[in-house]
Amino acid sequence: MEPIALHYEVSGTDFTCAGEASGKIKKSLKELGFPASLTRNVAIAVYEGEINMVIHGGGGVIDAEITPECISIVLADQGPGIPDVSLAMQEGYSTAPDNVRQLGFGAGMGLPNIKKYTDEMVIETEVGKGTTIRLKVFVK
Amino acid sequence: MTVDKLQENLGLTYLCCEDIAPTKEIDGCYCGDLLSWVMSRAEPGNIWLTVMGNINSIGVAVLADISCIILTENAALDEDAKKRAEENDVVILTTHKNAYQLASEISQII
Repeated sequence: MEPIALHYEVSGTDFTCAGEASGKIKKSLKELGFPASLTRNVAIAVYEGEINMVIHGGGGVIDAEITPECISIVLADQGPGIPDVSLAMQEGYSTAPDNVRQLGFGAGMGLPNIKKYTDEMVIETEVGKGTTIRLKVFVK
Repeated sequence: MTVDKLQENLGLTYLCCEDIAPTKEIDGCYCGDLLSWVMSRAEPGNIWLTVMGNINSIGVAVLADISCIILTENAALDEDAKKRAEENDVVILTTHKNAYQLASEISQII
């Protein structure tokens, strides 16, 4: 199987669009015959990334590369960056505004969930410039 | 048990996708309204009891492989959420009961 590359743009303002990229990636993985648990894990991690892009990042881009051995995802935004990554990785820590919390987000679970559902997670962030998160999920 | 049997047993009201309820197999139940929390903790096949009837709830249900959403205490389902649910085959039901009352009834029958 040749590597499959997927590319999505995430709106920075529209919550109703969040979930489109993760939904499409999930559908692709399902159609390619990847295990249901792997498909679910990748989809959840990407969805959390999409939501973060809408809440904090002012939108961004998502690139996925699918091979039989590994699903690689790169989530990149040009938002404000994360001043303290270790704090942001703590379950329950959130800087989401009230209007976002009313929608059911802002539980402080976004980055911890991404880590939980992936095998590798690397965060590159610079305050004022943006954040890139690189993820890998290996096919076992 | 499938979602249509659950609906019959508990007298729930369909809001969306009644026709595919017989194809949705139930495995357990989860209660919660914080979407990331639910997505991280709910198991595939769970019934999901919540008051969050917005479009993002549908995304969570799809990604987490939820068997159906039950909106408790007559919580509202947004129009765009209903449309998204129809597009993604997410069965949604409603009840006047609260999550505790409904969950205790569910535990008796599944």
